[in-house]
Amino acid sequence: MTVTELLSYDAALAAYDPVMGLEVHVELGTRTKMFCGCSTELGAEPNSQTCPTCLGLPGSLPVVNAIGVESAIKIGLALNCEIAEWCRFARKNYFYPDMPKNFQTSQYDEPIAFNGYLDVQLEDGEVFRVEIERAHMEEDTGKSTHVGGATGRIHGASHSLLDYNRAGIPLIEIVTKPIVGAGERAPEVAKAYVAELRELIKALGVSEARMEMGQMRCDVNLSLMPKGSEKFGTRSETKNVNSLRSVERAARFEIQRHAAVLQSGGTIIQETRHFHEDDGSTTSGRVKEEAEDYRYFPEPDLVPVAPSRDWVEELRATLPELPRVRRNRLREDWGINEHDMQSILNAGAVDLIVATIEAGADSAAARKWWMGELARNANEQGKGLDELPMTPADVARVAALVAEGSLNDKLARQVIEGVLAGEGTPDEVVDKRGLKVVSDEGALGAAVDEAIAANAGIADKIRGGKVAAVGALVGAVMKTTRGQADAARVKELILEKLGVSE
Amino acid sequence: MTDIIKLTAAEIAEKIAAGDLTAVEVTEAHLARIEAVDEKVHAFLYVDREGALAQARAVDAKRAAGEKLGPLAGVPLALKDIFTTKGVPTTVGSKILEGWIPPYDATLTRKLKEADVVILGKTNMDEFAMGSSTENSAYGPTGNPWDLTRIPGGSGGGSSASLAAYEAPLAIGTDTGGSIRQPAAVTATVGVKPTYGGVSRYGMVAFSSSLDQGGPCARTVLDAALLHEVIAGHDPLDSTSIDAPVPPVVEAARNGSVAGMRVGIVKQFRGEGYQAGVMQRFDESVELLKELGAEIVELDCPSFDLALAAYYLIAPSECSSNLARFDAMRYGLRVGDDGTKSAEDVTALTREAGFGPEVKRRIMLGTYALSSGYYDAYYGSAQKVRTLITRDFEKAFEQVDVIVSPTTPTTAFPIGERADDPMAMYLADLCTIPTNLAGNAAMSLPCGLAPEDGLPVGLQIIAPAMKDDRLYKVGAAVEAAFVERWGHPLLEEAPSL
Repeated sequence: MTVTELLSYDAALAAYDPVMGLEVHVELGTRTKMFCGCSTELGAEPNSQTCPTCLGLPGSLPVVNAIGVESAIKIGLALNCEIAEWCRFARKNYFYPDMPKNFQTSQYDEPIAFNGYLDVQLEDGEVFRVEIERAHMEEDTGKSTHVGGATGRIHGASHSLLDYNRAGIPLIEIVTKPIVGAGERAPEVAKAYVAELRELIKALGVSEARMEMGQMRCDVNLSLMPKGSEKFGTRSETKNVNSLRSVERAARFEIQRHAAVLQSGGTIIQETRHFHEDDGSTTSGRVKEEAEDYRYFPEPDLVPVAPSRDWVEELRATLPELPRVRRNRLREDWGINEHDMQSILNAGAVDLIVATIEAGADSAAARKWWMGELARNANEQGKGLDELPMTPADVARVAALVAEGSLNDKLARQVIEGVLAGEGTPDEVVDKRGLKVVSDEGALGAAVDEAIAANAGIADKIRGGKVAAVGALVGAVMKTTRGQADAARVKELILEKLGVSE
Repeated sequence: MTDIIKLTAAEIAEKIAAGDLTAVEVTEAHLARIEAVDEKVHAFLYVDREGALAQARAVDAKRAAGEKLGPLAGVPLALKDIFTTKGVPTTVGSKILEGWIPPYDATLTRKLKEADVVILGKTNMDEFAMGSSTENSAYGPTGNPWDLTRIPGGSGGGSSASLAAYEAPLAIGTDTGGSIRQPAAVTATVGVKPTYGGVSRYGMVAFSSSLDQGGPCARTVLDAALLHEVIAGHDPLDSTSIDAPVPPVVEAARNGSVAGMRVGIVKQFRGEGYQAGVMQRFDESVELLKELGAEIVELDCPSFDLALAAYYLIAPSECSSNLARFDAMRYGLRVGDDGTKSAEDVTALTREAGFGPEVKRRIMLGTYALSSGYYDAYYGSAQKVRTLITRDFEKAFEQVDVIVSPTTPTTAFPIGERADDPMAMYLADLCTIPTNLAGNAAMSLPCGLAPEDGLPVGLQIIAPAMKDDRLYKVGAAVEAAFVERWGHPLLEEAPSL
């Protein structure tokens, strides 16, 4: 493999303005496929979730999934799009063995939603508006597994396996208008856009939008134009960039690669490119010598989709608060800075913290446990916070026990450890492990007396005014109570008994 | 035996219900007839002897158990080989589907079975319903029972021939540009193209989705109506199926009348290319309608002159996409898979071997017409013509209740005569195509023999969308008057096989 020439990022940006176009495919979380009644459940035996329609058998016909249309409209509305009063599906004709009919039922010049925008917030709080060209409905293809080759691509493979369970799963393709003016922040904008879109899709409840499971897939189209020019350059299309970090890296790499080619007097070839997760590079895929001719025409097997204005308004009324707006509201409610909010966001903890607060915890405690003990634990296990066996209600209970003085932080951490280890609810762990702050004044008093008696010298020093020495006595008491005493109360008692005030 | 096969569907159903005949007797009589004559006629691609007898036995058992029987229970039927039949081969007249056993029943097939109709087998057709003579079948031509050296029409020549040869009292056809009506016309049988969306297309292998329509074929107007009622109705599996009650076709067929009706004749449906004897019988039919009390109105539908051109852009365009799925990957024929060739090579070799010349011609035409840069000029313009034709019909139906015309410009031509001249072949559908483009309903029924060749001529009746009942009301009146005039149904003049 030849080494791709790259220009330094700064040098590239000094000479060129990047123009991006982002195409995101979202698999909808409908129970059934877009045009038939087959299940969309992931992970089933290959080809077990198929029927004549999604296998494209002769004579079969499609029927539109109404929930799919509803989801598309919701996405369109959330992206501030106009919703078509009347639109049709179209056939996109091309051959590929994982496409049962050898055409994809999609939309062409009559998308269900068009002309919108999404405001995305960068990490420093700056808001960048990404214009949306369109969002349209289509069906997914089946899945090919190429066997016997070195790369897993069809080239060099001895044979291919086809699984049509995915064929016909509803997709929404969301296409931006050219994103110009982002300058050096272009890769960051790309990442923030995809992140915001993902949050939006999740908030709408139309898909889980898990990129690692292919439920959301992104193509990054990028071109450069010399500074001061308004004429777009030739673009490359980097396909299937499937994580937020990769979106940023792919854009960055392509900026540097394009710049190197242009700077050396070369021309950019319009082509698709493969992104490589390992080193963040892209390599040439398929050259598009001329625009591919998909011979689109209106799908004659389906009637037009004509969502009534009443329905559209009904759906608009059900839209949840936009993720960005919600995030800013929460940040203010919680009284934290942009950076801390970003950390919470990156950790995927926003909803968990909100739920914990709803379960009765105060926001500081909720953030503390999720971003501290639990985040550490999740990190160690390589899991998401929401995959831990501890619910927001559990965390709220721990916080309540701390607040009422039944637990101190040290004990609370042990309770959390117990819950995560599957020992039961926080209360059960407290019982089983005997983790309670010793608040029985009698028992505590005895322990304090004991400590004073055993450390007469120190006690004298305290009586003599060296109050700072009290720590040693507190430590002794904590030792005898095996850490289950409230240290602050112990200190109070010691000073009281020694007749010293702070 | 002879008696049973000459009975109409209505008579058979009545006799079975009354216990005068058993469904098994009826089925056996027709199977015997098929055995006796189909070697000559070649109406069937597949005879499902066991399936038919099993269905017949089930009907007899139902009757014995005192269960209520449907209006066509026990009546045999010949099914065009374009509808999927679970467990029974479906070839669409093409080598590309040779050996394919569908895992599911078409909605129409299911409805026939639920109505206890006995499906005798699958009938021959032009490959993928592309043709007007059944010569494009990959499995050899079908002979017209009136003259076995002549074509039985197409694409549903197997269905029309099976009726004319008394191999079945009922048949199913599909009509994309005339494939039910033109075969009916040249065999002196009755064929109806229902309103588009009236009969489900689910399980009917697609040729041109926006034009294809399944419909009934029979020897009498009433039989066609009885069958129409069984197969029609809304189907949630077909998005283009109309969600409205089936027009009262049987009632209309039982109450034939044209008295007080306004009947249109279209200027564009005559002139060059129309056989003199065909026009003579057509003009006599118009006279008959007048005698029966209809008012004749002359109509001008200028866009009809463009119908054939528009059709030969729209139908190939849709077919180029519909037939893309035949790629040898999942079902049907697979050629050249010797372990060394790529999937693309296998697809190419399979198509080369599996598709006939007419199918290839239309795939290429359609692929071209849909190409970017040509789309607007071809497919786009054709769709505009389609709109104009629909408007011409709408205007016409403001003035008249039905329109009549010859079904096809000529009588049955000899097998082979037009095989190498696609344009001449396409002209057979000159009068039938406008109806497909507009989506309304039409019927063909016999109106006499052309004096010059003694072959059947068809009268076409056209009605507005969802007014299919008018076809039967007019058709029944005309049929009754002709049979009275001739003293017998026209088909009885056919030579015995």
